[in-house]
Amino acid sequence: MTLFGVVRFPGSNCDDDALRVVDEVLRPRGARGRILWHKEDALGDVDVVVVPGGFTYGDYLRVGAIAAHSPIMGAVAEFARGGGPVIGICNGFQILCEAGLLEGVLTRNVSLHFECRDVHLVVEGRPTPFTHAIPAGRHVRMSIAHAEGRYVHPDVERLEKEGRVVFRYCEPDGAVTAAANPNGSQNNIAGVCNADGNVVGLMPHPERACEDILGGGGEEGRMLFECALAWKTGSPARVGTQP
Amino acid sequence: MKARVYVTLKEGVLDPQGQAVAKTLGRLGYREVHGVRIGKYVEIELEEPGPDGAARARARVEEMCRRLVANTVIENFRVEIEQ
Repeated sequence: MTLFGVVRFPGSNCDDDALRVVDEVLRPRGARGRILWHKEDALGDVDVVVVPGGFTYGDYLRVGAIAAHSPIMGAVAEFARGGGPVIGICNGFQILCEAGLLEGVLTRNVSLHFECRDVHLVVEGRPTPFTHAIPAGRHVRMSIAHAEGRYVHPDVERLEKEGRVVFRYCEPDGAVTAAANPNGSQNNIAGVCNADGNVVGLMPHPERACEDILGGGGEEGRMLFECALAWKTGSPARVGTQP
Repeated sequence: MKARVYVTLKEGVLDPQGQAVAKTLGRLGYREVHGVRIGKYVEIELEEPGPDGAARARARVEEMCRRLVANTVIENFRVEIEQ
């Protein structure tokens, strides 16, 4: 059994979606989920932390800035320091950046629009608990829904050199082009990991691509969560179908 | 006592909001506008300090800025203390 803790803040709105994936969709694979309330200061016996999307604290001051300082984030930081797998999705990614668990910052989309549509991503970079078993070069389709997704890092070349860009916006055929970049992120970056690789953040929503009824067969988002399951148990070595 | 904090985008950080405002000012006929950068202004009310309080207040407010009020990856801040 692998227990996923899904953090719920005031203004989270993808928490139930994420909980459904880990506690219902992946239950036959041994996954379980529970909600972690933002005022809690301990994670209990969770194996994986999911910081879901939303509009925590109404995006006051800067996206993710207030949630990053809530009691639960102290426990999440400690868990991450010990090598525990943590994934931040959309607003969760923004929160992890503001909390200093990931480098960089997510800023207003170049278009100034709230971008809500499907995008394609190429999975790359160093192995992480959420990508290690995805076949190399695999492209995935997921949706984005954000106004502040433009990733900015003061030394993006170092990040690239360290293999810490793990998701990049691409065309359906995998080509990384300016046209495939929905928000103006540096180097088409959609997701990154920390130096140890155990903390991952991405703007697209894997939890919205885990079931056939939501399109794409459900495999594309599910692979990330299946990777986390395989990370703990050591198998399978590969998830998803070959490209 | 009051602290006035000005948070501004660092040089080189793209500001699409500023660009949109600049473009609109141009459309309104202000041809002299070369660029606009948008920042934040924050007032922080502080307890009245004792002697040498202003220096200490400034140090505390600067710490607040580094920890929360500004994101120093992309923003600079300037603090004014009003006695």
